[in-house]
Formats: sequence, C-alpha cells, structure tokens
Amino acid sequence: MNTEDGETVVRFQNVGLRYGLGPEILQDISFTLERGSFHFLVGESGAGKSSLLKLIYLAMKPSRGLISLFGSDIATTSRRHLPALRRRVGVVFQEFRLLNHLSAFDNVALPLRVAGTRESEIEKHVVELLSWVGLKDHLNARPPTLSGGQQQRVSIARAVIARPKLLLADEPTGNIDDALGYRLMHLFEELNKLGTTIVIATHNNHLVKRMGHQCLNLDSGYLSMLPPDQASARMPQLPDNGETTTNESSEQPDLEKFL
Amino acid sequence: MFSRRSDLPLDRDEQSRFLSWLIAFMVFLAVLAMAGLLVLNSIAGRWDQGVRGTLTVQIAPANDPVKDDVRLRAAVAVLASTPEVERYEAMSETRLLRLLEPWLGTLVEAGDLPLPQLIDVELKPESTIDLAVLTQQLLAKVPGASIDDHGIWLERLVRLIVTVEGVATAILAFIGFATVGTVVFTTRTGLAIHKEAIEVLHLIGAQDSYIARQFAGRALSLGLRGGLMGLVLAVPTVFGIGYLAGRMENMLIPEFALLPIYWAALAALPVAVALLAMLTARFTVMRTLGRML
Repeated sequence: MNTEDGETVVRFQNVGLRYGLGPEILQDISFTLERGSFHFLVGESGAGKSSLLKLIYLAMKPSRGLISLFGSDIATTSRRHLPALRRRVGVVFQEFRLLNHLSAFDNVALPLRVAGTRESEIEKHVVELLSWVGLKDHLNARPPTLSGGQQQRVSIARAVIARPKLLLADEPTGNIDDALGYRLMHLFEELNKLGTTIVIATHNNHLVKRMGHQCLNLDSGYLSMLPPDQASARMPQLPDNGETTTNESSEQPDLEKFL
Repeated sequence: MFSRRSDLPLDRDEQSRFLSWLIAFMVFLAVLAMAGLLVLNSIAGRWDQGVRGTLTVQIAPANDPVKDDVRLRAAVAVLASTPEVERYEAMSETRLLRLLEPWLGTLVEAGDLPLPQLIDVELKPESTIDLAVLTQQLLAKVPGASIDDHGIWLERLVRLIVTVEGVATAILAFIGFATVGTVVFTTRTGLAIHKEAIEVLHLIGAQDSYIARQFAGRALSLGLRGGLMGLVLAVPTVFGIGYLAGRMENMLIPEFALLPIYWAALAALPVAVALLAMLTARFTVMRTLGRML
C-alpha cells in the first residue's frame, strides 16, 4: 500500500463517472480532503452527491481519473487490501441500509465484529453509544419495528462505533427533528476534533449556515468549493422552526465516555 | 473456517432445508454403496484366502465301486508322493451331496446319481507346484482324472467383484459430485438472495473470508444434520440386507458381515459429506465475491 504525505485522506484527480453508456454525471472532479477537515457536500437533488460519496467509500469505481484514499491509489490497490481501507471509513447511508434481521445492537456491533473486536468490548461500546443516541430501550429491536428517525440513529451509531478516520454521511439528519439533528452534529464535531475527517451531504441550509464549515458544491456534475454562507444562500431555503438548542450539555458526559 | 454466529439470515432460506434433505438422501445412498463395497472387498479377500493354495482332484466315476476305490487309492498315492502337498482328503459321498444340495435339493441320496470322486488338496504354504507335471503323473496312474486349481472360478469371481466395486465407487463419486453441485447452487442462490446484506458487510470492511465463514458454517451444520439423518436411515437398511443375506448364507453367499472398522468408516461418511459441503460453500463464496469490487 502506498502512502503519500499521511495527512491527505481523500484525493480526487480529474475523476469522471458515468453509469453504463449514459452521460457523465460527475465530470473532472478534483479535490483533496485533509485529515481533520469538516465539509458539507451540497447540491440539488440528482446533482450526484450520493454517487460522489459512493466513489469515496469504494462502492463504485470511477469511469476515469484517479482516486486516492489514505494515500492508497484505489486503481492499483489489490482487492485483498480494500477491507482495511473501508474499516477506516464510517458511512451513514441515505437509505440507512440496516440489516433487518439483526437487532439494533447487532447492527451497530457489525463494524467491530468485522474488525475482530472482543465481544465484551463490543457490548460495552455499543450499549453506551445506543444509549447516547436515545435508543437504550431499543437495543433488541429490529429495524422494521423502529421509526425512520430511530433507524437513522442506528445507522449513525453503526458509522461511528469503530471511530473511523473518515466519516461520510448522506443526509444524516433527514428523518429526525432539528433538536436531535443538532445533537448528532455535535457528535460529528466531537469526532472531528479527535481528527476524523467529515463529509456530510445535506439539503439543510440552516445546518450549513449554523455549523460554518466549507462546502463542496456539486452543480451539473462539476464540483466547486464554497464558503458556508454562499453555499447556504444557493440551497433551497427550508423554514427555520427555531429548534436549534437542545439540552446537549446534559448529554455531554455520556458522549465523552463514548469518545 | 466457519462461524456459529451469522450476520446473514441464512437459516431462513428455503433452499437450506432442501439442502439438508438432499444431503440426507445422498448420505443414505453413499452408506449403502460403501457398505456394499466394503462387504464385497471382505468377501473377495476371504474367498481368495480360502481358495489360494488349494486344489481339487476330480476322478470320473467308473460305475464300479471296486474300480472307483482302486482309482482313488492310486490318485492318493500320487498326491502322497508329491512333496508340495501338505494335506489331502477324499470327500465322502455325503459331503458331496451336501455341496450339491443348492442345485439338487435334499431328496437325492447316495447312489442315485453317478458322482465323481473328489480329493481336497492343500498345498504347503509358499510352495509352487507345476500343475502340468502333477496332472501328467495323475493321468498316468488314473486315466480321466483332472485337477482344478479354482483359477478360472476365482478369476471370474474376482472380475465380477471388481466390476461391482467399480460401480459402487462410481456411485460414491457421483454422490460426491452431486453434493458439490447442489452446495454450489444453493450457495450461489444464497449469495444472490443476501446480496444487499453482503454489500453492506463489504462496505463496513468485511473480508471475503468473513462472509465465506458464515456460508461455510451453515453448510457444515446442514451437512451434519442431513448426514446424520441419512445415516440413521441407512443403518437399519444395511442390517436388513445383512439379515436377508445371512438367511442365504448356507446356500451361495458367504457370510455378510462388516468389521467394526468398516462400521466406523460408514459412521464417518456424514462427517466427510458435511466437510465437503463446508469446503465447497467456502470455495464458492470466495470465488464469487472475488469477482466483485
């Protein structure tokens, strides 16, 4: 496995993506994400945000261009080494992609089990994290019995349980109320402070404005970097219900225990 | 190699139950084929051991008891002077009739039929005898005498047994291939059914071997369950065949019996089939996933 400077987590160079023989939906995408950076990924529906994230979490191969993850050129990395790279990436899928036959506990435990963590360790961490996202009473619930918001929280817990170096989230607050949304954003920020690189795809202009992070803006298949205010202004304006404060301080000790 | 805990709901797949029953049927057939193979092997060995190193001298009947007696004594004298002969014994007419009982029944009595006189000859161990020379010596004293070293009979019997053994081996091989084919098919079906879950496992960093362990564990479990069912059904069948053969034992078929080591081999069959299923499932998963991103 190659290593570049050790600080660049993601590097795209002239990346293009097309499905089958269709038109390129991502064109000449070039950017780098440094360790510990925090970006929102914005753009209209169908702009290719999910496709871009899929390329980063190695669910797809680009039609052209070079993708480097943690210093490894994906095109030349053997298939055998891909799982090690993927374990350093946490993903919150837009459609959650929870395993419906497993309990919330087992879904969240998956990344740790895959990595060979001891069961005693797994139980401790998973219970703590699920408690923190407000699902302590749903440890044994199967995803189909949970609400959309609860499933999303399980999905987020699964993405962060193994303390990834890179966290990708596709509309992570889409199905939950603002209060819980900001609380989860607080979790992401805490992870970011510990060095995790974060990319969050969102349509929420308030979130972008309030959090104040740089934005990767996708427009007609092209990517540009925008400051938060400018990106927020370009996004569809959602009504602000004002519920932006939570009792986060009371949850802080639990979060610190987990992190 | 396998995992007891599964992240994939493999136990809910319909084809799993089908695989279990199919393996039961395969093991049932395999146990019967293998029992037949082992029994034939044992019988051939005993026949060979019993017949090798023996001769039968046959003297055609002269229809005159005095002449018959003289010819018998002359033949015995030749055998007695042959150094390679360890032991010889002229068969009584009663014993002859008993040997012929399967063909003639019990109603025939001594004197009813002109029977040849037979002398059972046992050669010294490790000795080699020139049958042509001995035959000439006998014919010089007893015209019409002949020697049978059972070679033709034994050769035909061995050929028959080898053929039957070949058929039994082919059946075992066929069962092996059918088991492998079925496991490959059910594993591929399982991979297709659980494609979404497998993709999620991959994306969170699961190695192919992690996923393969779950399929292999399931195949081993189903293989053992099916194998034991097949064995449980096959053992009474083997006993039944043995019992029926035992009733015919006094007639034509030698003793139909399995040594304890053969029973152990039969008992190991379900384990062997389960291991085959496990390795096949693992190989199939590794090979199929190896073609994915």
